[in-house]
This record gives sequence, structure tokens and C-alpha cells, in this order.
Amino acid sequence: MFQVRIHGRGGQGVVTAAELLSVAAFREGRHAQAFPSFGSERTGAPVVAFCRIDDRPIRLREPILAPDALIIQDPTLLHQVDVFAGLVPDGYVLVNTTRSLEELGLGEFLAHFNPARICTVPATELALKHVGRPVPNAALLGGFAAISGRISLESVNAAIREKFGTKIAEANVAAATEACDHVMKEMREAASAQAD
Amino acid sequence: MLKQTEGSAAVAEAVALCRPEVICAYPISPQTHIVEALGRMVAAGQLAPCEFINVESEFAAMSVAIGASAAGARAYTATASQGLLFMAEAVYNAAGLGLPIVMTVANRAIGAPINIWNDHTDALSQRDCGWLQLFAEDNQEALDLHIQAFRLAEELSLPVMVCMDGFILTHAYERVDLPTQAQVDAYLPPYEPRQVLDPADPVSIGAMVGPEAFMEVRYLAHAKQRQALELIPAWADEFRSIFGRDSGGLTHTYRLEDAETVVVALGSVLGTIKDTVDEMRERGTRIGVLGITCFRPWPTEAVRNALAGARRVVVLEKSLAVGLGGIVSNNVAASYSGSSDLVHTVIAGLGGRAITRKSLHKVFSEAVAGTLEAVTFLDLDHAVVERVLAREREQRRSGPIAENILRDLGVVAAKIG
Repeated sequence: MFQVRIHGRGGQGVVTAAELLSVAAFREGRHAQAFPSFGSERTGAPVVAFCRIDDRPIRLREPILAPDALIIQDPTLLHQVDVFAGLVPDGYVLVNTTRSLEELGLGEFLAHFNPARICTVPATELALKHVGRPVPNAALLGGFAAISGRISLESVNAAIREKFGTKIAEANVAAATEACDHVMKEMREAASAQAD
Repeated sequence: MLKQTEGSAAVAEAVALCRPEVICAYPISPQTHIVEALGRMVAAGQLAPCEFINVESEFAAMSVAIGASAAGARAYTATASQGLLFMAEAVYNAAGLGLPIVMTVANRAIGAPINIWNDHTDALSQRDCGWLQLFAEDNQEALDLHIQAFRLAEELSLPVMVCMDGFILTHAYERVDLPTQAQVDAYLPPYEPRQVLDPADPVSIGAMVGPEAFMEVRYLAHAKQRQALELIPAWADEFRSIFGRDSGGLTHTYRLEDAETVVVALGSVLGTIKDTVDEMRERGTRIGVLGITCFRPWPTEAVRNALAGARRVVVLEKSLAVGLGGIVSNNVAASYSGSSDLVHTVIAGLGGRAITRKSLHKVFSEAVAGTLEAVTFLDLDHAVVERVLAREREQRRSGPIAENILRDLGVVAAKIG
């Protein structure tokens, strides 16, 4: 089982991101379960959503306490919510930011984790560019496809097209695709830097 | 057709396949997505002939369902929590009149303190109202139980409540197999009422009944529910033959072979319990699970048989009979042929408190070791409770309990579990 926890704020499409991820996994023949943290969701309030992916039916209903991957849609949560709680040692982390991990004050903390599995992506900027609204969820799923390799960009895009009308879907697909390319490039650069 | 969708959307599609003729509802979380989806289908003309009636309250929703059903229409509504309480008088009337209404209850806690999260307090508060009550373990079963519910309701001329865990199921996206219209039509014949308000053949429905006949009317309601205990498994078998899967019935058993400890529960927590039991089985613990699908009528024989080999029973329930302990456990103890001292009550998940494998391991291990108390509140924060009690000892005007506890806890927005 592969477990993803998504942190963001009300209005950023956190719950939709988990749903889209589950649809993408379903399209690849996997079993998937997405659910929100069930708060009274208000715009701007911290929101958590969860997605489990497995090759067999998923019965477990507890919140994801030991995620294999974290998607952080809003870096201002980093110092408000214990977003890293329970992250497995070899876990994936994708942060929506234009800043570096060092600038976010995470360099030292994340040194304990696998650097090849930690990435940033300017998802809000990509959403503004393609969608015209600061809703970073689709772009982050594109980035997640790249960093984790657990789901294909094609499946993410198909899930986006299933959920939204053509115009909004295509704008989000463009954001997800560019985010995917961005993360792949970042990973290549990190790998070559390590090789040097 | 396999589909990855939200529990509420799956239930709405299942209800639509049952060809309801009147849908009336008042929105309340976490039921809202179900009736919103049905409202869209009616508005789009996908569900004709069907009337969607907006009402001003839950009391009106059930009253409209009663009127529609008495006029011969297949009627559906949905509610939760305080909404169910607000319609309670009409809920009893629907059962007393023998009207086959189907209602989804998206299970949620009851205030005060106000709380929108899941537990079973709402549905279990209506356990003696005369409705059949079915509990879904996952979204596939929630979908399937609605199809079975219309059949059961109309065959018995009794209303049926389908209970699904609010948020945990209603808001969860998972894989479901949506049946075809032909399959549903093969299972569910058109509604033929036993009683109907028909100007061509007038009858009175709902007359006053005095001491001369009230007992008999009540007895018949009870006898019909007990009779349903034989019919429900038969209709679940028929469901399997048409739809190709096991759903519904009275109970589900899991790894009961040679089980010395049996955990009994209702609803979606059964999944987490089964995963925990698998882990304990791997370590050699003889433990199994009994899921109650049909809570009313209470499946006395099925429960007694399933527990026949159990040396101890743990009833894990999301409900509380304040001043007594468990509600489900009281029913279980009455059906267990062993001593009721061996039936332990674990109150869990009230108001949406997460029920984790870690906590289940602990409490089940205590049961196996013989150290579990008669009544346990899972993951109760004793320090918080003690602080309230100390405050009450120290000062007369100790203030409102809930608000004091929130102040003691501080900001909890950061909590994930």
C-alpha cells in the first residue's frame, strides 16, 4: 500500500487533489481510497486529505499516520501544522513554493530524508499562468507523478479531464504537464550535481 | 460498471436506479451530497417521472415522504444527526403506518456540544421506532443496501433506514461496481402498495386507535420485523444471483474459525478491525470478527450462532447509552449464550475520534489477556477528564465543560489523527 497525505488550506483544492489522485490510480487498475480530514472546511483553514493506493481492496479507515508521500500545497503551513508527522524515512515530499528548501528553513530537517525524493515546484505560479486562479492542486499532481513514479502524468491528466469541463480541464492539464517537466528537470539537475 | 467515485454519488446513482417517484430532503452535513446529486438528476430530467420536493425542515421531509408513500409513490429521503431527531415524530409515524419509505442516514454525532463528525448516535437513537436499520461496511455495500432496501420495504410494507458512516463513507472516493438498470429492474419490481390513498377506492390511513387495538398493531409491527429475519438472507441470496456479489444479509463473519475472541461492530470501522485482526492472526491470536449488517430487526439467532465458540466478546461501538454503557453490546449480550460478564463494551470513535489499528491492537490484546474492563472508552484522555473534575471540586461556578476542555487543549487544528 502506498499512502499519500496532502496538506493545504481551504480553497486550494486539497480534497479534490486526493480525489483526482485516486481516480488516476483507478484508471491504472489499482485500488484507491481518497478521503478528506472532515473538518468544517473554511477558506484559508488548514485542510488535510488522504489517498491510499494498493493492488487489493483497501479496508483501512484510519487517517494516514505514516505517509509514504507528502504533498504540501501551502508552505505557510510548515510552521503551523506538523505536516511531516509520521513520514516514512524514505518518503517523498513535494512542496509548492518558489523558494528553496533552505530558504524555507527545511534544509537541516530534510537532510535526514532521501534528497532524491524531495522536490519543490512553483505550482501556484503555474496555476496562475495556465488556469488564471491560484489553485495549485492539479500542478502538484503533475509534479507528484514525476517525483514518485507511482502514477503516470497521462493518468493524472485523464482524471483531470474526467472531473472538469473541457476549458478548465485543459488549463489544469497544461499546469500539471509543466509541473511534471519542472520536477523532472529539477531531479535531473540534482542527480547530476550529486554525480559531480 | 466499475467506477471510482464518492460514496454519496454512488448512493445517489443507486437510488436513481431504483426509480423513486418522490424525493424530498432538507440538507444537513454529511448527507447533503446525496440529495444534491439526486436533485441535479431530477432537474436534468434523467429521473422521470420523479418529483424533487424542497422542504423547510426534516420534519417536513419525512411528512412529505409519508404523504407521497400513502399516495402510492416510491418515496426516498436522507438525513443525519439533528435532522433525524427533528423528524423523529414523523419517523415513528412512517413505521406505525407501515409505509415503505427508504431513508439514508449519513451517521453523525448528536449535540450538544455541536459536532458534525461521524458516530452512530443518531441512527441508534431511533432503534426502537419500527424502521429496519441496515449498516453499510463500505461504499459498495452502501450502494447495494439501497437497492435491497426498496425491495425489503415494499415487500414488508415497512420503512427502511440505510445507515452509512458520515464523511468516512459519504465523502470517500473508492471503487464501486454500479449495476445496470436491467439488473435493478430484475431485482426490484414496480411498487405495489398494500394500502393507498385512492379517490376511486377511498380509505382512511392514520386513524386514532384506542386500547382495544393498539397492542395488536404494535405486535404486528414486531412480528413483521421478526419475520424479516428469514426474508433478509433470502433476498440477499437473490441479490447475489443477479448482481454477482455478497452484500447485505443479517451479519458478516470474518475469520471466526476457532476464534476464542470475537469482535462485534457495525459500519465502516469493520475494515480497520479486519486489518487489525489479520495482523493478530499472523501472530497466532485466535480472534475473529462479527459484523452486524442488520441492526433492526436484531438478528438474535445469527449472532448467537456466530458467537457460539467465543470465550470472550468485544463489542466496539460508536454509540453510548449514557448512564448504562453500550447499546449494541446490550443487544449482543442478550444473544450470547455465555455469561454477559464475558461481553466487553468498547465505546470508540464518538464525534469522529479516529479509530486506529494501534488503539485496536491495544484493546483487543487486553481482551485476549483477560484484563479488559467491562466498559472502556477507546483513547479517552484521562488527564483532560481529571482536570475537569478537579475544577468542579475546586469551584462551584466551574463553567461550561466543553468550552473549558477546548481551552485546556489549546489549538488542535494541527492534529492529523
